[in-house]
Amino acid sequence: MAERPEDLNLPNAVITRIIKEALPDGVNVSKEARRAISQAASVFVLYATSCANNFAMKAKRKTLNATDVMSAMEEMEFERFLQPLRESLEAYKKGQKGKKEASEQKRKDAKEKKSDTGENDKSREDEEEEEERMEEDQEAENDVEEEEVEN
Amino acid sequence: MSGNKVEDNVDHASNSKGISLPMTRVKLIMKSSPEVSSINQEALLLTTKATELFVQYLALSSFLNGSGKDKNTLSYSDLANTAEETETFQFLTDILPRKILVRDYLKSLEENPVEEADN
Repeated sequence: MAERPEDLNLPNAVITRIIKEALPDGVNVSKEARRAISQAASVFVLYATSCANNFAMKAKRKTLNATDVMSAMEEMEFERFLQPLRESLEAYKKGQKGKKEASEQKRKDAKEKKSDTGENDKSREDEEEEEERMEEDQEAENDVEEEEVEN
Repeated sequence: MSGNKVEDNVDHASNSKGISLPMTRVKLIMKSSPEVSSINQEALLLTTKATELFVQYLALSSFLNGSGKDKNTLSYSDLANTAEETETFQFLTDILPRKILVRDYLKSLEENPVEEADN
């Protein structure tokens, strides 16, 4: 739950930038209008969440998923968002896959390096241990990345 | 098409997911709804992205339908009018009420006293 009421607002600087990008150059947006759009955006999130939740409940699921959000957009008559949303989801999925492949590649490289330095007579157990440790490192790295993205 | 324009804008976005709004904040707003128990990462991503599209769409529609096109301004009344006149934005009428002068309000009460009884 939000601790302060302003936690339920979206950051003004980002909202202002998105508005600026949507409008032709040089349009002046009044402070009152910016605040109103920001509030409207928060209400949009709540409305979309509530619609998506109805779809999840109908399907007897407790967790909102991508399909629920897409169905909510249709119900709210924001069909125009569907295509860009699909593209966004695709890009996200590709990114996730890329991350996985990158970490696998890293692991492979590390193995090759090991055989180069003549350590290939190391016992299999040691190698497995090494892999596990690296996996953990990778996960930690991903977490850090997420944090950066979210802030 | 407007879809293309939106995509262009998103290219400037500051992070790898092509999203500018903070997902943690959006999640907080989503979770403030008591009936929601959990949200997966994809649903959160889509809601955040949809919110950005919504901000762009609301701003642009209000500007294009608004009165400030010649003066190159977007004002509150443009938004209030859009909320009232466009069906998809009608859920916003409660938080974007049209402003009305006290003088005009009193006049409307005189002409239509039933309204007072309703309130």
